[in-house]
Amino acid sequence: MRNEHREYAVNAVLALGLLAVPLWALWANEPFTITLCTRIAVLALAGVGLNIALGLGGMVSFGHAAFFGLGGYVAGILAQHASSGAPILGLPGSNQMLVIWPVAMLVAGTVAAAIGALSLRTTGIFFIMITLAFAQMVYYFAVSWPAYGGEDGLPIYVRNRFPGLNTMRPWDLFVVSWGLLMAGIGVFALIRGSRFGAALMAIRQNPDRAASVGISPFGVQLAAFALSGAITGLAGALMADLSRFTSPSMLAWPMSGELIVIIILGGVGRVFGPVAGAAILVGFEVTFGGMTEHWKLWLGLVLLGVVLFARGGLLGLIAGRERLG
Amino acid sequence: MADPVLTLSNLSKSFGALKATDTVSLTLLPGEIHALIGPNGAGKSTLIGQIAGRIAPDSGSITFRGRDVTQLSTAQRARMGLGRTFQISSLIPEFSARRNVMLALQARQGSPFRFVKPVLRDRGLIDGAQAILARVGLEGRASVPSAELSHGERRLLEIAVALALEPACFLLDEPMAGMGTEGVGTLVRFLRDLKQQAPILLVEHDMDAVFALADRISVLVYGRVIASGTVAEIRNDPRVREAYLGEEAT
Repeated sequence: MRNEHREYAVNAVLALGLLAVPLWALWANEPFTITLCTRIAVLALAGVGLNIALGLGGMVSFGHAAFFGLGGYVAGILAQHASSGAPILGLPGSNQMLVIWPVAMLVAGTVAAAIGALSLRTTGIFFIMITLAFAQMVYYFAVSWPAYGGEDGLPIYVRNRFPGLNTMRPWDLFVVSWGLLMAGIGVFALIRGSRFGAALMAIRQNPDRAASVGISPFGVQLAAFALSGAITGLAGALMADLSRFTSPSMLAWPMSGELIVIIILGGVGRVFGPVAGAAILVGFEVTFGGMTEHWKLWLGLVLLGVVLFARGGLLGLIAGRERLG
Repeated sequence: MADPVLTLSNLSKSFGALKATDTVSLTLLPGEIHALIGPNGAGKSTLIGQIAGRIAPDSGSITFRGRDVTQLSTAQRARMGLGRTFQISSLIPEFSARRNVMLALQARQGSPFRFVKPVLRDRGLIDGAQAILARVGLEGRASVPSAELSHGERRLLEIAVALALEPACFLLDEPMAGMGTEGVGTLVRFLRDLKQQAPILLVEHDMDAVFALADRISVLVYGRVIASGTVAEIRNDPRVREAYLGEEAT
């Protein structure tokens, strides 16, 4: 089988498998399994966002927790204002996901644009460090701001609503998350194939060459970084609803690391890489987390193995090296 | 006489105490090949970098198509029609030869901010790229990632990418470097035709190629243009013989 066909097959297995397992769990009345799959879908969506910056654009952001957490805080804060009735910035709060999502994307995307505009003046290790620094600033700001929970975080007592579904039921929330993940992957695939994607991938490989054919690297990278932050922010809003809690830890650097791990495990730049990566991560957490609290050690060993022997992650292992055409 | 396409006026650039470019002035006229030669370390690469926009000069100005471009970025100059090749092949390694050319074509067609239409099914780009690859004889290697092309093929692909920009001026940095005798011969014939399309500023080490091609030659030594003239004038210039050619003859 040719590599591309293999990749399509793996993608189909991942997309449908992620749908089939909770469907089985629904039939077998295993709500915990459904919630695990929702968690995979939401983390994968956050990874899809990061994959635009890191995979397509080669911008190794160690600060995507900021966008993930900001999305979460948008969901938590709007929900709190909706229940208290107090306006925020002169506008009413909302407990409607269809309102919260665009706001989360706008806030995360705007902050990503600002952070990107400053960070993209650097490259390599400096870019990694400066994105980390900005994210930690957002984290400490959230921790020290008591109005929305400070260190304690912000609970969401009743999940935000989606028209026609009862989001308090695990299956309904899963369907919402899976649908958003597929939409996010669709957007990623579209961008990857477009002229914008071609410019972005070219800049990753050789910015001097891109500039010498007339493509300014900065603008393209900045747009990609903002879009990347917006999608990760959307996932953050969903994560807050899933755990019914917005925690400052969503903003902290281990979250940024986790997102990078998801991308590396799945396959950097691969369309379905984040789904594979998130499934591996959550799988490890559940399997080994039950046996030992040091489960991250085993994850670390797997990560080491991937970095040393399977650079392309799971998708690279199965479908070979990516051909960009 | 027609107005020059490219004019350098009193361009200077120092790195610490080293004057890499010392009040260099030169012009590139429509229809000509102007060769820039000089021994290693003469400052040719620094000069090319300033023309392309990668290095900012300390003083002096660069005028391209009647406009002062000294402050413009590399990408802006490329969009104005400056088509360059690199001394060491600098391509998009994971992109096929065809896609490298398509990238230049898409850039010439306008903004990269188009998010929907798939590039790999864009007949206009694909056919356009294929036609340009055919001009340099790479049509049979179109699908090969540029990292897997041979050295000579990469040199040709560099030229194909520059061609795709339909530039007003070519800036070719040692296009013959590392090519075999046969390859050099083919390239000399190709460049002779190419200058009909747009004038060429040619930096080249291969003296036979330079003498066969150039309408004018400028000689750069220690950052200065020590002589400028026709092939015959340069061949007979005692300063040049001393600084450069004499060195080769011994």
